[in-house]
Amino acid sequence: MQDLPHPAQLVAGVADFLKREILPLTEGARSFHLRVALSALDLVRRQLSLGAESDTAEAQRLEMLLGRQGSLEDLNRALCDLIASGEFTLATPGLKDHLWATTMTKLAVDQPSYASYRRELEQEAGP
Amino acid sequence: MRAAGAAGVPSPTVLHVLGPEDGLGSGFIMDRVSGETIPRKILRDEALATVRPLLARQAGEILARIHAIPTSALPDLPLSSARRELGELQDTYRQDGQPRPVFEFAFRWLEDRAPADPINPCLVHGDFRNGNLIIGPDGIRAVLDWELATFGDPMRDLGWICTPSWRFGAMDKPVGGFGTRGDLMAGYEAGGGAPVSLEALTYWEVFGSLRWGVYCLKMLARSSTSDRPLERLMIARRVSETEIDLLQFIAPRDT
Repeated sequence: MQDLPHPAQLVAGVADFLKREILPLTEGARSFHLRVALSALDLVRRQLSLGAESDTAEAQRLEMLLGRQGSLEDLNRALCDLIASGEFTLATPGLKDHLWATTMTKLAVDQPSYASYRRELEQEAGP
Repeated sequence: MRAAGAAGVPSPTVLHVLGPEDGLGSGFIMDRVSGETIPRKILRDEALATVRPLLARQAGEILARIHAIPTSALPDLPLSSARRELGELQDTYRQDGQPRPVFEFAFRWLEDRAPADPINPCLVHGDFRNGNLIIGPDGIRAVLDWELATFGDPMRDLGWICTPSWRFGAMDKPVGGFGTRGDLMAGYEAGGGAPVSLEALTYWEVFGSLRWGVYCLKMLARSSTSDRPLERLMIARRVSETEIDLLQFIAPRDT
Protein backbone atom coordinates (compact mmCIF):
# COMPACT_ATOMS: atom_id res chain seq x y z
CA MET A 1 0.00 0.00 0.00
CA GLN A 2 1.39 3.36 -1.06
CA ASP A 3 1.26 6.42 1.14
CA LEU A 4 -1.18 9.25 0.79
CA PRO A 5 -1.79 11.57 -0.99
CA HIS A 6 -3.68 9.54 -3.56
CA PRO A 7 -2.55 10.11 -7.20
CA ALA A 8 -5.94 11.75 -7.87
CA GLN A 9 -5.10 14.42 -5.30
CA LEU A 10 -1.69 15.05 -6.86
CA VAL A 11 -3.14 15.35 -10.35
CA ALA A 12 -5.80 17.73 -9.04
CA GLY A 13 -3.03 19.81 -7.46
CA VAL A 14 -1.12 20.05 -10.76
CA ALA A 15 -4.30 21.03 -12.62
CA ASP A 16 -5.09 23.67 -10.02
CA PHE A 17 -1.59 25.18 -10.28
CA LEU A 18 -1.74 25.32 -14.10
CA LYS A 19 -5.21 26.82 -14.10
CA ARG A 20 -4.52 29.53 -11.54
CA GLU A 21 -0.93 30.50 -12.25
CA ILE A 22 -0.10 29.55 -15.84
CA LEU A 23 -3.35 29.85 -17.80
CA PRO A 24 -3.64 33.64 -17.17
CA LEU A 25 -0.16 34.08 -18.75
CA THR A 26 -1.15 32.39 -22.03
CA GLU A 27 -3.20 33.55 -24.97
CA GLY A 28 -4.44 32.34 -28.35
CA ALA A 29 -3.40 28.88 -29.49
CA ARG A 30 -1.24 28.22 -26.42
CA SER A 31 -4.15 29.03 -24.13
CA PHE A 32 -6.36 26.63 -26.13
CA HIS A 33 -3.80 23.82 -25.90
CA LEU A 34 -3.37 24.37 -22.18
CA ARG A 35 -7.13 24.03 -21.77
CA VAL A 36 -6.99 20.71 -23.65
CA ALA A 37 -4.20 19.61 -21.28
CA LEU A 38 -6.27 20.67 -18.26
CA SER A 39 -9.24 18.64 -19.54
CA ALA A 40 -6.93 15.64 -19.87
CA LEU A 41 -5.74 16.05 -16.26
CA ASP A 42 -9.34 16.30 -15.07
CA LEU A 43 -10.16 13.10 -16.95
CA VAL A 44 -7.19 11.31 -15.38
CA ARG A 45 -8.25 12.53 -11.93
CA ARG A 46 -11.78 11.18 -12.46
CA GLN A 47 -10.50 7.84 -13.71
CA LEU A 48 -8.14 7.50 -10.74
CA SER A 49 -11.05 8.17 -8.40
CA LEU A 50 -13.79 6.15 -10.12
CA GLY A 51 -12.09 3.62 -12.39
CA ALA A 52 -11.28 0.78 -10.02
CA GLU A 53 -14.76 0.53 -8.55
CA SER A 54 -16.54 0.72 -11.90
CA ASP A 55 -14.19 -1.88 -13.45
CA THR A 56 -14.97 -4.31 -10.60
CA ALA A 57 -18.72 -3.79 -11.01
CA GLU A 58 -18.45 -4.21 -14.80
CA ALA A 59 -16.49 -7.46 -14.41
CA GLN A 60 -19.10 -8.82 -11.97
CA ARG A 61 -21.94 -8.08 -14.40
CA LEU A 62 -20.02 -9.66 -17.28
CA GLU A 63 -19.32 -12.80 -15.23
CA MET A 64 -23.05 -13.08 -14.50
CA LEU A 65 -24.00 -12.58 -18.15
CA LEU A 66 -21.40 -14.95 -19.57
CA GLY A 67 -21.25 -17.49 -16.76
CA ARG A 68 -17.47 -17.48 -16.62
CA GLN A 69 -14.49 -15.53 -15.35
CA GLY A 70 -11.69 -13.74 -17.15
CA SER A 71 -9.99 -10.39 -17.62
CA LEU A 72 -12.23 -7.40 -18.34
CA GLU A 73 -10.94 -7.29 -21.90
CA ASP A 74 -11.50 -11.03 -22.50
CA LEU A 75 -15.01 -10.86 -21.10
CA ASN A 76 -15.85 -7.84 -23.25
CA ARG A 77 -14.46 -9.57 -26.31
CA ALA A 78 -16.58 -12.65 -25.58
CA LEU A 79 -19.65 -10.43 -25.19
CA CYS A 80 -18.91 -8.73 -28.52
CA ASP A 81 -18.67 -12.12 -30.27
CA LEU A 82 -22.04 -13.19 -28.85
CA ILE A 83 -23.66 -9.93 -30.00
CA ALA A 84 -22.08 -10.12 -33.46
CA SER A 85 -23.24 -13.72 -33.93
CA GLY A 86 -26.78 -12.81 -32.87
CA GLU A 87 -26.71 -15.20 -29.92
CA PHE A 88 -27.15 -12.29 -27.49
CA THR A 89 -29.82 -9.69 -28.24
CA LEU A 90 -31.23 -6.70 -26.41
CA ALA A 91 -33.83 -9.13 -25.01
CA THR A 92 -31.11 -11.18 -23.28
CA PRO A 93 -31.86 -10.73 -19.54
CA GLY A 94 -29.58 -8.17 -17.92
CA LEU A 95 -27.77 -7.19 -21.11
CA LYS A 96 -29.45 -3.83 -21.72
CA ASP A 97 -28.96 -2.83 -18.06
CA HIS A 98 -25.33 -3.86 -18.30
CA LEU A 99 -24.71 -1.74 -21.43
CA TRP A 100 -26.34 1.29 -19.81
CA ALA A 101 -24.45 0.90 -16.53
CA THR A 102 -21.12 0.49 -18.36
CA THR A 103 -21.76 3.44 -20.67
CA MET A 104 -22.83 5.71 -17.80
CA THR A 105 -19.67 4.96 -15.85
CA LYS A 106 -17.54 5.63 -18.96
CA LEU A 107 -19.15 9.05 -19.37
CA ALA A 108 -18.71 9.84 -15.67
CA VAL A 109 -14.98 9.69 -16.45
CA ASP A 110 -14.78 10.80 -20.11
CA GLN A 111 -17.34 13.62 -20.50
CA PRO A 112 -19.53 14.24 -17.44
CA SER A 113 -20.81 17.48 -18.98
CA TYR A 114 -22.10 15.79 -22.19
CA ALA A 115 -25.78 16.74 -22.56
CA SER A 116 -27.08 13.20 -23.25
CA TYR A 117 -25.37 12.01 -20.06
CA ARG A 118 -26.76 14.88 -17.97
CA ARG A 119 -30.26 14.08 -19.24
CA GLU A 120 -29.95 10.40 -18.31
CA LEU A 121 -28.60 11.30 -14.86
CA GLU A 122 -31.60 13.55 -14.26
CA GLN A 123 -33.96 10.75 -15.31
CA GLU A 124 -32.16 8.34 -12.97
CA ALA A 125 -32.67 10.80 -10.13
CA GLY A 126 -36.39 10.77 -10.96
CA PRO A 127 -39.04 13.38 -10.27
CA MET B 1 -18.79 24.69 -54.76
CA ARG B 2 -19.14 26.61 -58.04
CA ALA B 3 -21.88 24.24 -59.23
CA ALA B 4 -23.68 24.60 -55.90
CA GLY B 5 -23.43 28.39 -56.10
CA ALA B 6 -24.88 28.31 -59.61
CA ALA B 7 -27.79 26.21 -58.29
CA GLY B 8 -28.65 28.82 -55.65
CA VAL B 9 -26.87 27.20 -52.71
CA PRO B 10 -25.30 29.97 -50.57
CA SER B 11 -21.60 29.62 -51.45
CA PRO B 12 -18.44 31.69 -51.39
CA THR B 13 -17.30 32.81 -54.85
CA VAL B 14 -14.40 30.64 -55.99
CA LEU B 15 -11.85 33.14 -57.32
CA HIS B 16 -9.09 30.81 -58.43
CA VAL B 17 -8.44 27.07 -58.51
CA LEU B 18 -4.77 26.27 -57.98
CA GLY B 19 -3.01 24.60 -60.87
CA PRO B 20 0.47 23.04 -61.24
CA GLU B 21 1.80 26.44 -62.41
CA ASP B 22 0.99 27.93 -58.99
CA GLY B 23 3.34 25.53 -57.21
CA LEU B 24 1.17 25.42 -54.08
CA GLY B 25 -0.34 21.95 -54.34
CA SER B 26 -4.07 21.46 -54.72
CA GLY B 27 -6.60 23.94 -53.42
CA PHE B 28 -8.56 27.03 -54.31
CA ILE B 29 -8.95 30.66 -53.30
CA MET B 30 -12.39 31.89 -52.33
CA ASP B 31 -14.02 35.16 -51.38
CA ARG B 32 -14.33 36.09 -47.73
CA VAL B 33 -17.82 35.57 -46.31
CA SER B 34 -18.43 37.25 -42.95
CA GLY B 35 -20.46 35.48 -40.29
CA GLU B 36 -20.16 32.88 -37.57
CA THR B 37 -19.13 29.21 -37.92
CA ILE B 38 -18.40 28.29 -34.29
CA PRO B 39 -21.38 26.13 -33.26
CA ARG B 40 -21.65 27.25 -29.63
CA LYS B 41 -21.63 30.91 -30.70
CA ILE B 42 -24.28 30.17 -33.32
CA LEU B 43 -26.46 28.70 -30.56
CA ARG B 44 -25.90 31.56 -28.09
CA ASP B 45 -25.02 34.79 -29.92
CA GLU B 46 -27.63 37.50 -29.22
CA ALA B 47 -27.23 38.91 -32.76
CA LEU B 48 -28.47 35.57 -34.16
CA ALA B 49 -31.44 35.21 -31.78
CA THR B 50 -34.01 36.29 -34.38
CA VAL B 51 -32.72 34.11 -37.18
CA ARG B 52 -31.98 30.99 -35.09
CA PRO B 53 -35.55 29.60 -35.22
CA LEU B 54 -35.50 29.91 -39.02
CA LEU B 55 -32.24 28.02 -39.64
CA ALA B 56 -33.62 24.46 -39.65
CA ARG B 57 -36.10 25.29 -42.40
CA GLN B 58 -33.40 27.11 -44.38
CA ALA B 59 -31.09 24.12 -44.02
CA GLY B 60 -33.87 21.93 -45.48
CA GLU B 61 -34.39 24.28 -48.44
CA ILE B 62 -30.64 24.41 -49.15
CA LEU B 63 -30.31 20.62 -49.00
CA ALA B 64 -33.19 20.29 -51.47
CA ARG B 65 -31.27 22.55 -53.88
CA ILE B 66 -28.03 20.60 -53.40
CA HIS B 67 -29.77 17.28 -54.04
CA ALA B 68 -31.44 18.62 -57.20
CA ILE B 69 -28.19 19.61 -58.95
CA PRO B 70 -27.97 17.45 -62.09
CA THR B 71 -25.16 14.94 -61.57
CA SER B 72 -24.15 15.39 -65.22
CA ALA B 73 -23.06 18.94 -64.36
CA LEU B 74 -20.66 17.72 -61.68
CA PRO B 75 -17.17 16.25 -61.51
CA ASP B 76 -16.87 12.49 -61.12
CA LEU B 77 -17.49 11.81 -57.40
CA PRO B 78 -17.31 8.49 -55.55
CA LEU B 79 -20.58 6.55 -55.10
CA SER B 80 -21.57 6.16 -51.43
CA SER B 81 -23.62 3.27 -50.09
CA ALA B 82 -24.81 2.59 -46.53
CA ARG B 83 -23.77 -1.08 -46.65
CA ARG B 84 -20.35 -0.45 -48.10
CA GLU B 85 -19.60 2.32 -45.65
CA LEU B 86 -20.74 0.17 -42.72
CA GLY B 87 -18.20 -2.39 -43.89
CA GLU B 88 -15.48 0.27 -43.94
CA LEU B 89 -16.45 1.55 -40.49
CA GLN B 90 -16.38 -2.01 -39.18
CA ASP B 91 -12.87 -2.53 -40.60
CA THR B 92 -11.65 0.59 -38.78
CA TYR B 93 -13.32 -0.58 -35.57
CA ARG B 94 -11.72 -4.05 -35.81
CA GLN B 95 -8.30 -2.52 -36.52
CA ASP B 96 -8.58 -0.45 -33.34
CA GLY B 97 -9.01 -3.73 -31.49
CA GLN B 98 -10.82 -2.55 -28.33
CA PRO B 99 -14.03 -4.54 -27.80
CA ARG B 100 -17.12 -2.28 -27.78
CA PRO B 101 -20.41 -4.10 -27.19
CA VAL B 102 -22.52 -0.99 -27.97
CA PHE B 103 -20.86 -0.64 -31.38
CA GLU B 104 -21.54 -4.35 -32.07
CA PHE B 105 -25.26 -3.73 -31.53
CA ALA B 106 -25.16 -0.54 -33.60
CA PHE B 107 -23.53 -2.36 -36.54
CA ARG B 108 -26.18 -5.09 -36.43
CA TRP B 109 -29.01 -2.58 -36.08
CA LEU B 110 -27.77 -0.54 -39.05
CA GLU B 111 -27.04 -3.58 -41.22
CA ASP B 112 -30.50 -5.04 -40.58
CA ARG B 113 -32.16 -1.80 -41.63
CA ALA B 114 -29.77 -0.60 -44.35
CA PRO B 115 -31.69 1.11 -47.17
CA ALA B 116 -31.28 -0.14 -50.73
CA ASP B 117 -28.86 2.00 -52.73
CA PRO B 118 -30.84 4.77 -54.46
CA ILE B 119 -31.71 4.10 -58.09
CA ASN B 120 -30.79 7.69 -58.98
CA PRO B 121 -28.02 8.68 -56.57
CA CYS B 122 -27.79 12.44 -56.15
CA LEU B 123 -25.10 14.87 -55.00
CA VAL B 124 -24.64 14.40 -51.24
CA HIS B 125 -22.62 17.05 -49.38
CA GLY B 126 -21.40 14.49 -46.83
CA ASP B 127 -20.57 16.89 -43.98
CA PHE B 128 -23.54 19.28 -43.86
CA ARG B 129 -23.76 20.22 -40.17
CA ASN B 130 -23.54 23.01 -37.63
CA GLY B 131 -19.86 23.98 -37.86
CA ASN B 132 -19.60 23.84 -41.64
CA LEU B 133 -22.12 26.65 -42.28
CA ILE B 134 -21.41 30.39 -42.14
CA ILE B 135 -24.34 32.05 -40.42
CA GLY B 136 -25.18 35.74 -40.14
CA PRO B 137 -28.17 37.69 -38.80
CA ASP B 138 -29.90 37.05 -42.17
CA GLY B 139 -29.42 33.27 -42.01
CA ILE B 140 -27.18 30.71 -43.72
CA ARG B 141 -24.67 32.64 -45.83
CA ALA B 142 -22.43 29.84 -47.06
CA VAL B 143 -22.09 26.06 -47.13
CA LEU B 144 -18.44 25.02 -46.68
CA ASP B 145 -16.29 21.86 -46.61
CA TRP B 146 -17.36 19.89 -49.65
CA GLU B 147 -14.45 17.45 -49.54
CA LEU B 148 -16.64 14.51 -48.38
CA ALA B 149 -19.14 14.96 -51.24
CA THR B 150 -20.36 11.80 -52.97
CA PHE B 151 -23.22 10.58 -55.13
CA GLY B 152 -25.61 8.72 -52.86
CA ASP B 153 -28.70 8.73 -50.68
CA PRO B 154 -30.01 12.27 -50.03
CA MET B 155 -31.38 11.26 -46.61
CA ARG B 156 -27.81 10.89 -45.44
CA ASP B 157 -27.34 14.70 -45.39
CA LEU B 158 -30.61 15.26 -43.50
CA GLY B 159 -29.69 12.68 -40.87
CA TRP B 160 -26.14 14.00 -40.43
CA ILE B 161 -27.20 17.53 -39.44
CA CYS B 162 -29.55 15.93 -36.83
CA THR B 163 -26.89 13.60 -35.37
CA PRO B 164 -26.68 14.23 -31.57
CA SER B 165 -22.93 14.98 -31.76
CA TRP B 166 -23.76 18.19 -33.70
CA ARG B 167 -26.35 19.54 -31.25
CA PHE B 168 -23.70 21.07 -28.97
CA GLY B 169 -25.66 20.58 -25.78
CA ALA B 170 -29.10 21.52 -27.15
CA MET B 171 -30.43 17.94 -27.32
CA ASP B 172 -34.06 19.10 -27.56
CA LYS B 173 -33.31 20.81 -30.89
CA PRO B 174 -32.19 17.95 -33.12
CA VAL B 175 -31.22 20.04 -36.16
CA GLY B 176 -27.76 21.36 -35.28
CA GLY B 177 -28.97 22.39 -31.80
CA PHE B 178 -31.07 25.18 -33.39
CA GLY B 179 -34.27 23.62 -34.77
CA THR B 180 -36.78 20.82 -35.13
CA ARG B 181 -36.90 17.87 -37.49
CA GLY B 182 -40.36 19.11 -38.58
CA ASP B 183 -38.93 22.45 -39.76
CA LEU B 184 -36.05 20.73 -41.58
CA MET B 185 -38.45 18.34 -43.34
CA ALA B 186 -40.91 21.13 -44.22
CA GLY B 187 -38.09 23.26 -45.68
CA TYR B 188 -36.79 20.30 -47.66
CA GLU B 189 -40.16 19.55 -49.17
CA ALA B 190 -40.93 23.25 -49.83
CA GLY B 191 -37.56 23.49 -51.63
CA GLY B 192 -38.61 20.69 -53.99
CA GLY B 193 -37.12 17.73 -52.12
CA ALA B 194 -38.90 14.36 -51.99
CA PRO B 195 -41.05 13.69 -48.90
CA VAL B 196 -38.93 12.65 -45.91
CA SER B 197 -39.87 9.75 -43.66
CA LEU B 198 -39.00 9.99 -39.98
CA GLU B 199 -37.81 6.37 -40.18
CA ALA B 200 -35.22 7.18 -42.86
CA LEU B 201 -34.14 10.30 -40.98
CA THR B 202 -33.63 8.29 -37.78
CA TYR B 203 -31.67 5.62 -39.64
CA TRP B 204 -29.16 8.21 -40.83
CA GLU B 205 -28.97 9.83 -37.39
CA VAL B 206 -27.96 6.48 -35.89
CA PHE B 207 -25.58 5.97 -38.80
CA GLY B 208 -24.16 9.45 -38.13
CA SER B 209 -23.54 8.67 -34.45
CA LEU B 210 -21.66 5.49 -35.34
CA ARG B 211 -19.76 7.25 -38.14
CA TRP B 212 -18.59 10.00 -35.76
CA GLY B 213 -17.82 7.43 -33.05
CA VAL B 214 -15.56 5.45 -35.39
CA TYR B 215 -13.92 8.70 -36.51
CA CYS B 216 -13.12 9.55 -32.84
CA LEU B 217 -11.76 6.02 -32.42
CA LYS B 218 -9.40 6.51 -35.36
CA MET B 219 -7.83 9.46 -33.54
CA LEU B 220 -6.12 7.05 -31.14
CA ALA B 221 -4.12 5.35 -33.89
CA ARG B 222 -3.52 8.68 -35.62
CA SER B 223 -2.24 10.44 -32.49
CA SER B 224 1.26 9.01 -32.91
CA THR B 225 1.69 10.82 -36.24
CA SER B 226 0.55 14.19 -34.92
CA ASP B 227 2.79 16.92 -33.52
CA ARG B 228 -0.04 17.61 -31.07
CA PRO B 229 -1.03 14.09 -30.03
CA LEU B 230 -2.95 15.19 -26.91
CA GLU B 231 -5.81 16.73 -28.89
CA ARG B 232 -6.31 13.48 -30.81
CA LEU B 233 -6.03 11.38 -27.67
CA MET B 234 -8.74 13.48 -26.04
CA ILE B 235 -10.99 13.13 -29.12
CA ALA B 236 -10.58 9.36 -28.79
CA ARG B 237 -12.10 9.66 -25.31
CA ARG B 238 -15.26 11.06 -26.90
CA VAL B 239 -16.28 7.70 -28.35
CA SER B 240 -18.37 7.11 -25.23
CA GLU B 241 -20.49 10.16 -26.14
CA THR B 242 -21.58 8.35 -29.28
CA GLU B 243 -22.15 5.14 -27.31
CA ILE B 244 -24.71 6.80 -25.03
CA ASP B 245 -26.41 8.37 -28.07
CA LEU B 246 -26.48 5.01 -29.86
CA LEU B 247 -28.00 3.37 -26.78
CA GLN B 248 -30.67 6.06 -26.60
CA PHE B 249 -31.62 5.26 -30.19
CA ILE B 250 -31.46 1.47 -30.20
CA ALA B 251 -32.00 0.50 -26.54
CA PRO B 252 -33.79 3.34 -24.73
CA ARG B 253 -34.11 2.70 -21.01
CA ASP B 254 -37.78 3.59 -20.62
CA THR B 255 -39.09 0.74 -22.80
